[in-house]
Amino acid sequence: MASRTTSTRRRGPALLWVQENLFSTWLNTLFTLIFGGLFLFAGVALVRFFLHAQFQIIVTNLTLFMVGRFPRELLWRVWVSNSLIVAAIGLAAGASRGSAKAGLEEAGLPVGGSRPREVVQRFWPILLLILVLLSLSRTWVPTGLTIVMGVTGLGAFACGVVLPASRRNWSFFVAVLMLVSAFAVLVVLGGKGWDSWGGLHLTVVVSALGILFAFPLGVLFAVGRRSSLPAIRFLSVWYIEFVRGVPLITLLLMGMFALRFLLPRGLNPGSVTRVLIAITLFSGAYVAENVRGGLQAVPKGQMEAALALGMGTWTTQRRIVLPQALRAVIPALVGQFISLFKDTSLLSIVGILELLSVSKIVNAQPSFFGQGLASVTLPFVGLIYWVGSYTMSRESRRIEGRLGVGER
Amino acid sequence: MWWRDVGTLRIVAQVVAVAAAFAFLGYLYRNLVTNLRAQGIGTGFEFLARPAGVNVAGSGFEASQPVRSVILLGVKNTLALVIVGVPVLTVVGVVVGIARLSSNWLVRKAASVYVETLRNIPPLLVILIAFNAVLLPLPTIDNALHPLGVLVVSNRELGVPWLVPREGSGLYLLVLTVALVLAAGIWVWRTRRFDSTGAPHHRVLWSSAFLVGVGIGAYFLIGTPFQVSLPEVRDRIVVGGMAARASYVAVLVALAMYTASHVAEITRGSILAVPKGQTEAANALALTRFQRLRFVVLPQAFRIAIPPMINQFLNFTKNTSLGIAVGYAEVTLVTFQAIGNGYPAPQMILILMGVYLVFSLTISALVNILNRRLQFVTR
Repeated sequence: MASRTTSTRRRGPALLWVQENLFSTWLNTLFTLIFGGLFLFAGVALVRFFLHAQFQIIVTNLTLFMVGRFPRELLWRVWVSNSLIVAAIGLAAGASRGSAKAGLEEAGLPVGGSRPREVVQRFWPILLLILVLLSLSRTWVPTGLTIVMGVTGLGAFACGVVLPASRRNWSFFVAVLMLVSAFAVLVVLGGKGWDSWGGLHLTVVVSALGILFAFPLGVLFAVGRRSSLPAIRFLSVWYIEFVRGVPLITLLLMGMFALRFLLPRGLNPGSVTRVLIAITLFSGAYVAENVRGGLQAVPKGQMEAALALGMGTWTTQRRIVLPQALRAVIPALVGQFISLFKDTSLLSIVGILELLSVSKIVNAQPSFFGQGLASVTLPFVGLIYWVGSYTMSRESRRIEGRLGVGER
Repeated sequence: MWWRDVGTLRIVAQVVAVAAAFAFLGYLYRNLVTNLRAQGIGTGFEFLARPAGVNVAGSGFEASQPVRSVILLGVKNTLALVIVGVPVLTVVGVVVGIARLSSNWLVRKAASVYVETLRNIPPLLVILIAFNAVLLPLPTIDNALHPLGVLVVSNRELGVPWLVPREGSGLYLLVLTVALVLAAGIWVWRTRRFDSTGAPHHRVLWSSAFLVGVGIGAYFLIGTPFQVSLPEVRDRIVVGGMAARASYVAVLVALAMYTASHVAEITRGSILAVPKGQTEAANALALTRFQRLRFVVLPQAFRIAIPPMINQFLNFTKNTSLGIAVGYAEVTLVTFQAIGNGYPAPQMILILMGVYLVFSLTISALVNILNRRLQFVTR
């Protein structure tokens, strides 16, 4: 159906397209009128919302939304940290682009130049969000710093592209080092630990660390679930099915209220650490199921061939099975990351000041209390979540297409 | 050497793994017992019989009733969401999913906007928007609106007309049940007749006509066994009809809409996953559009859709725990409140997890049975 419509659009005049797609039968005409009305209504409602909404609550509290109660005099650390992250991503992306380019040149294929238009098409929601956030800011400082950050990222990208092939692995190492120092900048030498972080910053950090810690756990349980040893298989299945059978909130409640009973006396980690433990245990089970899917996709012949070559069980898993399985699993892992990103909103229930809790507490501020401004702050927070999830899910579909998962 | 034998190593590895797991759990348990004792909290479940000290708004539950009953009430409230929510989200999701494949451009776009918006925001946010931004700004119960004269709309409770049983309702339901069995019999008879003679069966027409005929006939013979009751506000409570608290409506509608966006994707994916050759073969056999969908595409899509669909029902069930954010007294909220009242968190959370595990394992057992029965017979 869809293919026919696109072909008529290309061939025929616009009028024909309208007739084919909107008024082909009386039923279709009816639908068109109903849904046209709906769109019109929604559009008018949206315009009215923007005309009447009081954005002052967001303007006043923008910093709170971004970083929670992170000490304001230490904000430079957040900027430095973010710049390091952007630079690390830029360097890694540049290096992989460089190696892709080198591969194309070697094969004698044409190398496409960098296409700013493609970047805009791929990342327009993020660019839009940055514009919205900067336009809500009261001073020009964030805009300037964002530009500096962008330039840093582009510079790192350029560095990565022109890097000689021998230095490429080295650049990934540097990128990891940058990520670690991005973390260190916030914490060491008078910085603040993550119990004082908050807002969007904490949301992103918790989801990224959650998936990072959950990954080894997931691989362990996935391999365990496919083990030929019944006891290990049972342990893994029990863990996975138990965690997948309960909602995240029960694990968070456990982390907040019951974890201190399970640890030795005197050991009492901060609240963010505790929810991070809960989130890691939770995501670990889901990652395990994703990885299991990838392991199942590796043809049995691969393992048999490795064994025939005299490789041991461990070497076979590490060198033959896992690299193929994990490659196929990347899209599913991105999907898991997206749902974790959305699930971090539950931290607001257990009293952690992440993005969604900020929208709750700003509505309790004396100057904004009881004015029904939840109808402004909640959509604002929703926009941030939407931009993150939507962009990542589109990128994941792109990776899926490139890896050819599901087409083999 | 015996200790390099694979058989021995396998046993050793398993024993070590199990021992390590039990040692870890035992360590946690010992910490738990020590810590609970140190704080003077029992390690048993005797507290379940003590008064809950929780007031559940709008349920008539009293704080003096035991913890046990408040948990049961929470389970009941969770089920109230699941039983109504699952059919609603299925219908909405399937309709939206099919709409995404519509030949009408506008319908397709509307469905995409619905799916892409809802799928990419947290369900908790949807619930909060429904509650804080849509339902709370409604008039208070004292100034409740009565749209069309039959509904009650306020920011505390919402009421719709409902049927209340009167004398003879039991008899009427019995008659309906018998009629349903007979209608099934008619269905079978018409099908057999069609199989043996080839005459058109019209089984839908025959059995539904019978059912409707009996239903209407018995209604008047018994003498209006059911009566329509309209909701109204009396003493700041909605009486008559069917009333629902705003928190219930918020969780139900928000979660159903959110989950429906996932169901829509499953529906669309399943229909697209039916091999194209099947449609082409159906066209080659000159089946009509309806026949093609009814007998060729949908039965196959249905099989593909069942496991992920039930997974979504499970997700919905687990997500009802978000009712805690808007004060709907489902099982997570009452557990949370009981913990706040000083009941031991480890035991309470264990019970809570047990409740959800029962739900989940029941549903996954269902999936497995269905999967086995619905799977294509292959070589």
